[in-house]
Amino acid sequence: MTLWLAIPVSILLVAGGLFSVLAALGILRLPDFYTRMHAASKAGTIGSGLVLIAAGLGSQDPAILIRALAGFVFFILTAPVSAHLLARAAHLSRVPLAKISVRDDYARKQNEDRLK
Amino acid sequence: MTRLIVLLLFTLTWVAVTGSFTLLNLAFGLVLSGLALFLIRENVQPSRIAVRPFKVLSLVILFFKELALSAFKVAVLVVRPKMDLKPGILEFPLKVDRDFEITLLANLITLTPGTLSVDVSDDRRFLYVHALDCADPAATIRDIADGFEAKILEAFR
Repeated sequence: MTLWLAIPVSILLVAGGLFSVLAALGILRLPDFYTRMHAASKAGTIGSGLVLIAAGLGSQDPAILIRALAGFVFFILTAPVSAHLLARAAHLSRVPLAKISVRDDYARKQNEDRLK
Repeated sequence: MTRLIVLLLFTLTWVAVTGSFTLLNLAFGLVLSGLALFLIRENVQPSRIAVRPFKVLSLVILFFKELALSAFKVAVLVVRPKMDLKPGILEFPLKVDRDFEITLLANLITLTPGTLSVDVSDDRRFLYVHALDCADPAATIRDIADGFEAKILEAFR
């Protein structure tokens, strides 16, 4: 591997690893389930995406690069769907929002629906 | 005609993902794609969606910019010793009304800074969005409406 390939590959790898660590830290530190989903869905997607692209570039094989890019695309397609379904399922089973939350239009709407 | 294009796209994807460009693999991919499309035939109706390629491209570019920004913001937020959060769920009035547009908008919202779609109302008029900073819901709603929603309306109408 030449230096000109090694540098971007290592930058991508370190950046991807950093985002994954920060996503994990976010899951630990954020106050409730919903805010944790933010860390998992965004920083997690970018982290794994960067590592995949680094692996694809580092292999120096177009077939592997295409597969790595396809993996990234599938991450982008599936991460928001799973985050949405988990958040919805949590809210429907009454997982409370953190105390510091300022509003909840979704709960208000469900109450209105129940009164109808 | 559209079905044929979708079939060819599926086959190409299969060949790309398996990474072997032989005639045999191409034929196998064609059979698999045909089978897959046969299984979901009830759910894919021939649609009359106008697609503007350049507007779609501009939407894709905006998306990747926002995704990078979003990951960066979350990263900065979680390393701060004192996290300044005002989370909440707000109600976003939808202008787009077709199912695929709502799906696209909801997914884009989830991957952008500080917002996460939770649910869509049964009458498809409102999207419920969890925001990390819900101090000024009107501003968040305006951002989404002028950003992604406007771009989606431009790209597919």
